[in-house]
Amino acid sequence: MFKSLRGRLITIALIVLMAGWQLYSNKSETGQWLKLGLDLQGGMHLVLEVDDPDGTMTPEAKSDMIDRVERIIRTRIDEFGVEEPLIQKVGGERLIVELAGIDDEEQAKGIVQRNAFLEFKKVLPTSDMDGALRRIDRAIVASLGVDSITALGRAVVTQETSNLENLLFGADTATAVDSAAAAASSAAAVSDSIEAEENALRPFSSLLRRGDIEGTYAVLTADRPVAEMFLAMPEVERAFPREEIMLWGSELWGQAAQTYYLLYVLEEDSFLTGEQLEDATAMRDPQFNASQVQFQFSRAGGRQFARFSGANIGNYLAIVLDNEVMSAPVIRDRIGARGQIEMGQGTPMEEARDLALVLRAGALPARINIIEERTVGPSLGQDSIDQGQIAGLVGLALVIVVMMIYYGMAGFLAVGALAVYVLLVLGGLVGMRATLTVPGIAGLILSIGMAVDANVLIFERIREELDKGRATRTSVDEGFRHALSAIVDANITTLITALILFGVGTGPVRGFAVTLSIGIVASFFSALFVTRSFFLAYLSGKKASDPISI
Amino acid sequence: MRLFDKAQYRFIEKRRGAYFVSGTVIAMGIAAMFMNVVSLGSWLNYGVDFLGGSLVQVRFEQPVSAGDLRDALGGAEAPPITQFGSENEFVIRAPLAEDASITEVAEQIENDVTANLPNSGVEVVRTELVGAKVGGELQTKALLAVLLSFLLTLVYIAFRFELRFGLAAVIATAHDILITLGFLAAFRTEISLPTVAAILTILGYSLNDTIVVFDRIRENMKAKGGRKRDPIELVNASINETLPRTVLTSGTTLAVLTALLVLGGAVIRDFTIVLILGVVIGTYSSIFVASPALIEIQNRWGVADPERKKKERPRPATV
Repeated sequence: MFKSLRGRLITIALIVLMAGWQLYSNKSETGQWLKLGLDLQGGMHLVLEVDDPDGTMTPEAKSDMIDRVERIIRTRIDEFGVEEPLIQKVGGERLIVELAGIDDEEQAKGIVQRNAFLEFKKVLPTSDMDGALRRIDRAIVASLGVDSITALGRAVVTQETSNLENLLFGADTATAVDSAAAAASSAAAVSDSIEAEENALRPFSSLLRRGDIEGTYAVLTADRPVAEMFLAMPEVERAFPREEIMLWGSELWGQAAQTYYLLYVLEEDSFLTGEQLEDATAMRDPQFNASQVQFQFSRAGGRQFARFSGANIGNYLAIVLDNEVMSAPVIRDRIGARGQIEMGQGTPMEEARDLALVLRAGALPARINIIEERTVGPSLGQDSIDQGQIAGLVGLALVIVVMMIYYGMAGFLAVGALAVYVLLVLGGLVGMRATLTVPGIAGLILSIGMAVDANVLIFERIREELDKGRATRTSVDEGFRHALSAIVDANITTLITALILFGVGTGPVRGFAVTLSIGIVASFFSALFVTRSFFLAYLSGKKASDPISI
Repeated sequence: MRLFDKAQYRFIEKRRGAYFVSGTVIAMGIAAMFMNVVSLGSWLNYGVDFLGGSLVQVRFEQPVSAGDLRDALGGAEAPPITQFGSENEFVIRAPLAEDASITEVAEQIENDVTANLPNSGVEVVRTELVGAKVGGELQTKALLAVLLSFLLTLVYIAFRFELRFGLAAVIATAHDILITLGFLAAFRTEISLPTVAAILTILGYSLNDTIVVFDRIRENMKAKGGRKRDPIELVNASINETLPRTVLTSGTTLAVLTALLVLGGAVIRDFTIVLILGVVIGTYSSIFVASPALIEIQNRWGVADPERKKKERPRPATV
């Protein structure tokens, strides 16, 4: 008897030491006893999904895609310098990204979500598009009908017609625009309907005017949505010349009180992509107060770049980032392994730094959507911790007082077992790398309730046996034996619910399920093994018939 | 110290009264749900987690009323605003256009408030954005979780006890969930992820309670002469024997939950209220629903031995 009791106590001591060691080593490693969830310490929780607008991707393809996305985002975030980010694939096609203690959510989101697909394309002369523009206009008219185009374009087209005429028919741009501005109200009003009708027959080309730079058209800022809509039509896509595409420039271009977007005519195939990048650094150009990102190609990329630039001296080269033309410098000479992306005047340095970061980490293989986003400010988190701790301590104190009053010495033993239980749960949470969330605290408190329940079941049984006039030791043994089935069944059914929650839930619900599951297992052990051992120790000094305090 | 020692209450005899009480409460809950369908458009007040959408929680250093905030955000056109926990905290359900960023919405709100209430010391403490698709999935998942949980516990209890025990336990749990949902509908509590967790916890707690009583019934049935005892008397005795434990456990759990409610802060307030409700209902149902259900199932479909069937118990005069 004594030997087995000693064995029991040693087992308990070992387990307590292990749990304590887990907690202690975690504390010395990370500075906190437990890893806190975002709701407690503040931070940002994102759920990402690969964009699949047509729904054509197979689950395998999505899963494969999200694996690649995960690797790239992990690299980016590591470089961004977030401590202990959580990046986790769920359900095969989603990615959870949790970043604790972020100051600037917009910036963090930009780094996660940006595709960063860098391409180098040749700029083609606009004359290549002449025939195509007519085909495109006809395709739009055929598909939408003149009436709906008139209705659609009226506001945008009519207002600028005279301006456009002058531009297209080669009048001096500056004076034309001046007179246009003055005449716009009167002249446009008169010739409104005729112009509009004419333009309705040339819906797309009427939006374009030739830009400053070879290979570009200028589109009024207000016209861009319509032009974008036309470009997105499948009929228009079919009318395009083979191997040619049009992409928007990233910057606004101003002339004579009007602002324009540039539309570039480019070779569809890029001769080089960001995959060939070896390094990218953010730089500041003090002369123009502009930021830039300088990049360096790999050896093979550099050779390709040199070959292309050598063969295209005098032509323009478009640097395209995520389908937007960042800049289109003229090639003056054979260029080697270096280049740069101009960010434009007044762009803050951070943006250049972020771009350099995502370029180094590599491009995302697909567009990703943020389908869920939660941020918790650090102050709210701190409040929750404080309140949760106080509530937890008060709750625990209540339990201790009730148990001691109701069961006397036995209650004291149970409280001892509960202390072991709390240590076990905390150690278990650390061991499983689980985070403590607000619902997690609630789950913890609930499982304390279950641990108490197990003890209550046992003690009530012991009392019953004592009432039947059995000897103390027999009563204790019988009490444990009889309470066993109820404790087992009750714990297992709750465990079933907790496991289902774990399987189905995400985020906070999962945190709840984890603490509840660990809590149930620990309460099981605590009531059946620890309380029993303490009881045996309590009885060891007594004779079989001595009364006990219960 | 002992409570309810050697109690001899005749619980089962009062079951018709309990049916009436449960039936009335459930009917009221369902009525509340129908009223919600008319006025809210859904059975329950689903939050952002379920419907998709966004919310921004703000906190002020200086006292600000909901009316002030509403005025600052555009008066009649302001998005729905609800007070959250302490006096100076509000949750704004921000309307969100496709592709808009919640961070931008939050900034916009902060700017509007700063412009209109310059000295209030506003701070955005929480933002949430849930895609409509995710919300829809959550509804399916929550239902799936409840049904799966029903099925697995039914199988487990049928395996460990008998099939009718499993059925009775599922009836009692369904009863608890129905009543809880009725309360949630009546008070229009916002249904969020933690609320779902709380409902599922109730499921677990109610089962826990029921199983303790059933365990005693099982034991008394297996005891010498147990099969010959009158089922109603046996079930009554079992409930009474476990009564001290039921009271003590429920009492302690309620005490802990009350501490959580009073001190735990606004974030988990709704969650705690649902749990308290669940503990009360769960305790009630293990005595007044699960155990009577066991008797009813036996009366209707049970293969009781013919000897006992003849000895019909006279019905008690009282309800």
